[in-house]
Amino acid sequence: MSITLSEKDNGYIEGFAGFEKNAPGYELGWLKSIREQAIAKFSELGFPTLQDEDWRFTNVAPIARSSFEILENGHDKVSASDLAPFQFEDTDVTELVFVNGRYSQELSTHSPLPKGVIVKNLAEAMVSEQEILQNNLAKYADFKEEAFTALNTAFMEDGGFVYIPKGAIVETPIHLLYISTDGDTASITNPRNLIIAENNSQANIIEHYASLADNVYLSNVVTEIVVGENSTIGHYMIELESKKAFNISTLRVQQARSSNIRSHSVLLGGSLVRNNVHPVLAGEGCDSLINGLYMSNHRQHMDNYMKVEHASPHCDSRQLYNGILDGRSRGVFHGRIIVHKDAQKTDAKQTNRNLILSDTAQIDTKPQLEIYADDVKCTHGATIGQIDENALFYLRSRGISEEASRDIIMHAFTNETLESMSVDSVKNYCYNLVTNWFEQRKQEQKV
Amino acid sequence: MLEIKNLHVSVEDQEILKGLNLTVNKGEIHSIMGPNGSGKSTLAQVLAGRDTYEVTEGEIIFEGKDLLELSPEDRACEGIFMAFQYPVEIPGVANTYLLREALNSVRKYRGQEPLKHIEFAKYAKEKMKVMDISDNLLKRAVNQGFSGGEKKRNEIFQMQILEPKFAILDETDSGLDIDALKIVANGVNALRSPERAFVVITHYQRLLDYIVPDFVHVLVDGKIVKSGGKELALELEDKGYGWIEEEKTAANS
Repeated sequence: MSITLSEKDNGYIEGFAGFEKNAPGYELGWLKSIREQAIAKFSELGFPTLQDEDWRFTNVAPIARSSFEILENGHDKVSASDLAPFQFEDTDVTELVFVNGRYSQELSTHSPLPKGVIVKNLAEAMVSEQEILQNNLAKYADFKEEAFTALNTAFMEDGGFVYIPKGAIVETPIHLLYISTDGDTASITNPRNLIIAENNSQANIIEHYASLADNVYLSNVVTEIVVGENSTIGHYMIELESKKAFNISTLRVQQARSSNIRSHSVLLGGSLVRNNVHPVLAGEGCDSLINGLYMSNHRQHMDNYMKVEHASPHCDSRQLYNGILDGRSRGVFHGRIIVHKDAQKTDAKQTNRNLILSDTAQIDTKPQLEIYADDVKCTHGATIGQIDENALFYLRSRGISEEASRDIIMHAFTNETLESMSVDSVKNYCYNLVTNWFEQRKQEQKV
Repeated sequence: MLEIKNLHVSVEDQEILKGLNLTVNKGEIHSIMGPNGSGKSTLAQVLAGRDTYEVTEGEIIFEGKDLLELSPEDRACEGIFMAFQYPVEIPGVANTYLLREALNSVRKYRGQEPLKHIEFAKYAKEKMKVMDISDNLLKRAVNQGFSGGEKKRNEIFQMQILEPKFAILDETDSGLDIDALKIVANGVNALRSPERAFVVITHYQRLLDYIVPDFVHVLVDGKIVKSGGKELALELEDKGYGWIEEEKTAANS
């Protein structure tokens, strides 16, 4: 029996009652308690509005007024060959495939991993990894303040679970691939990923959201990454949702002493997209690299909300987000940096650059520095502009055609944020996505 | 080779060039000197095809073709090169990438096969030596973080790669120390040939000790008011531009 969620007639609360009985892990008391707290919080908070400072530029009314169905299953509609466009060139890869939010064993691939490394779906982990889950799940992503996190926490059923034990180095990328299929009604999934990296470990995790159809749905994602001391985690978020879809994702990273996170977001799909990235540099000497690229066209809306929290001394954070906006699309970059009282010698830098390709595209960029320590270095900068005419003329004066010159400049702009990706196969995949985006834009202009 | 007739150019309704005439034949080097704001850089930009400059009157014929009808890229492909006074930084585009794209665009225009990476590397190697260009400088983003001298050397290096028929150098010597100046001059002299012509815009006579011009022209208030041999440059160095302006005023009254 399917469950429908809607703001009308207490639909979320009633839907929860139906959902909870059959949800994975329903027998776990601690999990039941979290889910129930979360639904209570969600019904108290409701969906954010433009009056919320954190949502000033993004109107989620289209989500609030929709009703969404939690789908039964859609696995039968997907074959291995459907996945090819979303796979990397690696021969060795660990790939968990989720179809409409649920794990598909047939479609997933497991490569040999170092001893003690666990990569499985969350629903399965609720059975076999209860202790780790109980100690970490929903401990970091704040379901008490954030409505979408509360919604996800109440309705979480499945997602990626990754555990890297102390000292383990995972060479093969870990790919969490979420595929949406065509449905008769608008559907909702609440992917929930939990990544635990113990001390001195290393791994690369790719979250990937894509669609085989052109339908309306909401992917409401929460990912928690707990990075142990001296560990290095690469995180990639590739968002290729259908052009009618909503994607709200929240990445919450908890960093222990001397840990290093390198997070890369590439947003290309969806009609309404919100990308929350929230690292807390909790131990001394952490490094955080938070890069992103958003490319929007038509009536797409892409909102990037960064909240970089420096809680300990001697931590460095670097944010570089570049956006290309065309058509009537709209972009948002809201970059908060919070430096707590004890976080002396913080070195935080934030850059947001935007290239506007049409007269009707729009970007709101808002830096927000909250500094409570007195010995810190924080810089931010934002630019909004068209293609630099001087650069264009320079290239043309060397014999390169106007069209090729524009391509070179735009590619260079996107490459700035992609070149720091350390997994080559993923980097190449993203280069291709960008090239295709430009190609498609050209095709549309010719029509 | 190049014939500029009665050229009038405006920027935002302000006339900068007011009837400039200049003929450059193959194998010649012309130097244009003149006070600030006389229109030297405007001339360079107009020859290269910058569209912020509006040509209101006159014509430019290059090897029988109406240059003003051509796009900047087609001019480059026809063999025109301008060394920028202020080379532009292009973040994210490697210097070597620009050079190969540029060379291959020009080759394509001429119906030649594009050079592959390895062929290009071979072609560039000798020229790198002449211009003292390091591998590192080739890999870096175009002009980004380059010193003043590196930028100017890079301009002349690009000229070496493209081997134009006609080059206009816009104050390539400004701000260079003597070592860099010699390298730049060597780069130009290495390309001197009976088939090729240069216009060298400079503020200082010093450059002309190293690139010896056949003609020196003085540009004042949008017109060439005096032309002569290389000794004219020395006279200008000595006496400044005041006497020319006086001469002109006297002639007009």
